[in-house]
Amino acid sequence: MKLFRIRGGVHPEDRKHLAADQPIIDLPLPPLLHIPVQQHIGAAAQPAVQRGQHVHMGELLATSQGAISAPVHAPTSGRIMGIGNYPAHHPSGLSVRTITLQPDGEDRWSDKLTPCDDPFALEPAEVAARVAAAGIVGMGGATFPSAVKLNLRERYKLHTLVINGAECEPYLTCDDRLMREQAMEVIDGIRIMAHALGVERIIVAIENNKPDALRAMQHAATAFDMLTVTGIPTRYPMGSEKHMVQALTGLETPARALTADIGIVVHNVATAYAVHQALRFGWPLVARVVTVSGGAVARPANLRVRIGTPVSHLIDYCGGTDEATARLISGGPMMGQPLPSTRVPVVKGSNGVLALTAAEIASREPSPCIRCASCVSACPCGLVPLEMAARARAGDLDGTVKIGLMDCVACGSCSYVCPSSIPLVQYFNYAKGELAARQRSKHKQMETKRLATQRSARIEEQKRKKREAMAQRKRKDATAAREAVAEESGA
Amino acid sequence: MTELTTIAGPHAHEHNHVTRIMLLVMLALAPATLFGMVLFGWPAVLLFAVTVVTAVLAEVVCLAIAGRPVKRTLFDGSALLTGWLLAMTLPPWAPWWIGVVGALLAIVVAKQVFGGIGQNLFNPAMVARVALLISFPVEMTTFVQAAGLAGNAPGFTDAIAITFGGAAQPDAFSSATVLGHLRTELTRGGDVAGALSGHFDPWALLLGNTAGSMGETSALLILLGGLWLIYKRVISWHIPLSMLLALAALATVFHLIDPGRYAGPVYHVVSGAALLGAFFIATDLVTSPVTPRGQLLFGAGCGLLVYVIRTWTNYPEGVAFAVMLMNACTPLIDHYIKPRIYGRTRRGEPLSYPDASGDDA
Repeated sequence: MKLFRIRGGVHPEDRKHLAADQPIIDLPLPPLLHIPVQQHIGAAAQPAVQRGQHVHMGELLATSQGAISAPVHAPTSGRIMGIGNYPAHHPSGLSVRTITLQPDGEDRWSDKLTPCDDPFALEPAEVAARVAAAGIVGMGGATFPSAVKLNLRERYKLHTLVINGAECEPYLTCDDRLMREQAMEVIDGIRIMAHALGVERIIVAIENNKPDALRAMQHAATAFDMLTVTGIPTRYPMGSEKHMVQALTGLETPARALTADIGIVVHNVATAYAVHQALRFGWPLVARVVTVSGGAVARPANLRVRIGTPVSHLIDYCGGTDEATARLISGGPMMGQPLPSTRVPVVKGSNGVLALTAAEIASREPSPCIRCASCVSACPCGLVPLEMAARARAGDLDGTVKIGLMDCVACGSCSYVCPSSIPLVQYFNYAKGELAARQRSKHKQMETKRLATQRSARIEEQKRKKREAMAQRKRKDATAAREAVAEESGA
Repeated sequence: MTELTTIAGPHAHEHNHVTRIMLLVMLALAPATLFGMVLFGWPAVLLFAVTVVTAVLAEVVCLAIAGRPVKRTLFDGSALLTGWLLAMTLPPWAPWWIGVVGALLAIVVAKQVFGGIGQNLFNPAMVARVALLISFPVEMTTFVQAAGLAGNAPGFTDAIAITFGGAAQPDAFSSATVLGHLRTELTRGGDVAGALSGHFDPWALLLGNTAGSMGETSALLILLGGLWLIYKRVISWHIPLSMLLALAALATVFHLIDPGRYAGPVYHVVSGAALLGAFFIATDLVTSPVTPRGQLLFGAGCGLLVYVIRTWTNYPEGVAFAVMLMNACTPLIDHYIKPRIYGRTRRGEPLSYPDASGDDA
């Protein structure tokens, strides 16, 4: 298959060998599961269970709210211990609404599940509805509700479904293992999604550093003509949706638009697997594969983990981490985020837990920029990171926007290559956060002003009415007095 | 867990560092430098040492005054490299104070006053060289034959007398550079062929066995060092190629028009500081543009100016001036020439998609 060049990118040491040969193992259930009601982009789900209630595996715990949202299901059978606040799977460590479930150890599926023998006989909208009901979200880490993306056919003329099997982040091997071990199931899920989208072409893209996955998927796809499984160059950030689409089709997604605008929808392989399970067996998304790796982990592994399992449980199962742990990361080392503690639960978007040593992080004190332009050549988005960082640092946020801050995908290639170790992404995150805060406060100000104007108008109106009423009464009184006088004099 | 969790990614880093970049450049310069020392003998070694030591000391003092971390900043190696580059462009038998004044100009005036590494608009070594050339034209244009360390070359004691004692250079060694010679001859009304016969031997210039600045003479070693830097991805090919191409193209055109007045491309490319300038000076990271297209423009500008200065001004060599003039254009080039942002046209508008079928959002 003809591939197209993408701009920039870097070649980080992939260190996938640590976990790549570890087959997926089912992680035993922890004593307690902590299931946040918000594990996706969009509105948080609304708890639908009571404390003390017994639930079966796959039973609805919290219902989806609004157009962009996803429900949450019981990852196993057990008793609801409480609905309260628990530290989030997020660097802030803030507490979020979480349902705590104590497994009863029986793992009994709910009897209300709706399996389907022939998903291809279903209407596309019905497929999307089942995916929505199963609580499936983008499992590459973006966690955007998948059903919303499956419904894009209503608004866009779609022709191609791209399946992202790049797994371009170093260390992570969960998608690699899934494709090697469950290729048939993944392909089935992909075909179901293609049916829902009504596309005529499917491209599965896998980075060339995963030859076994590539072979397994190619083998599983031989029976299907519309399906092409192709290797793509190993280059970070190949897994960035818009860049992958460009590498595969040569089509560039316009700024601020979706890939759907050029007729293409991208889904992750793990999402495809979840769709397969949801449609064929009626199983909601209650578990996912997580790579536990890093130089400080005793036995790196790929684990099938129930949603809500504390990270500490995964690490303990892998033999724990040694003292050399310098940073605990959720996700890959390029775009992953530090975890505040190991108490936090695994969520739908967690693809990796990494315990990295100081040598792996290789962080240094930043030194002044020498304008070497490494970041300019590394940037896959055609930005000039050194200049954006300089402007952000100087507080010129509008200036950073003008030169493309909002076109930055925060892939971190610039910081990765910077010989001065300047935390460029940190500057961009700061600028983006600050701008969002400003916008919020501006919005608030405008709202306040609007309400204040309305209030004064209202008061003014009341006063006017009062005055008028008064004047009328005076007039009436005056007339009455005049009439009285006239009457008197007339008498 | 000892670190804050508010650290943005990536949590990995390429094994590259400013110090490594500077070391690689010095490594690339080393063969030409050593060769220059062999050619011009002990006085060259002494001048080199004086220049480099002054540059480093000046950096230490400036960093201390500015309250910056002295040790960490010094070890980036940039001051050493600046001193080194400056020494390479000096006449090898120049007196010690030329090296000292030059190094102070480079580090104090051209670099630290602007805010230290990364902040200077002009290439420090070239600022120093130009200032020296204008202030001390005699010392800066007195060149010697390549005598080597052997034979009748000055010994260590004589060298000390030449560099530090103000001893007059023995006339027997004096020699003009090829560029200087041609300039003089043309001013006298001679023509290129006559002036260059017996003086211009491209092979000698290629190998470096000729009169000239300490590190500029061996075109071959500089070329190899430069190519190695490109191979190691310390510099990109854009500036050297466009600079040399522009220089060679102009030289070719004018040489074809009037061979009697204008020397040919080979002469321009291998003589003087053209190659050193193209690979080591114009490519200075801090003072050159950051985009490939900007670098092409920058290099072409350097090549053009070098030719113009060499051909129509009173200076026989123009690399330092050319690079400095283009340095002044770097902010402008970087302002106007930017890479195209993904999903946008060069003007910054979002791309339009003709077969759009969805809504207007």
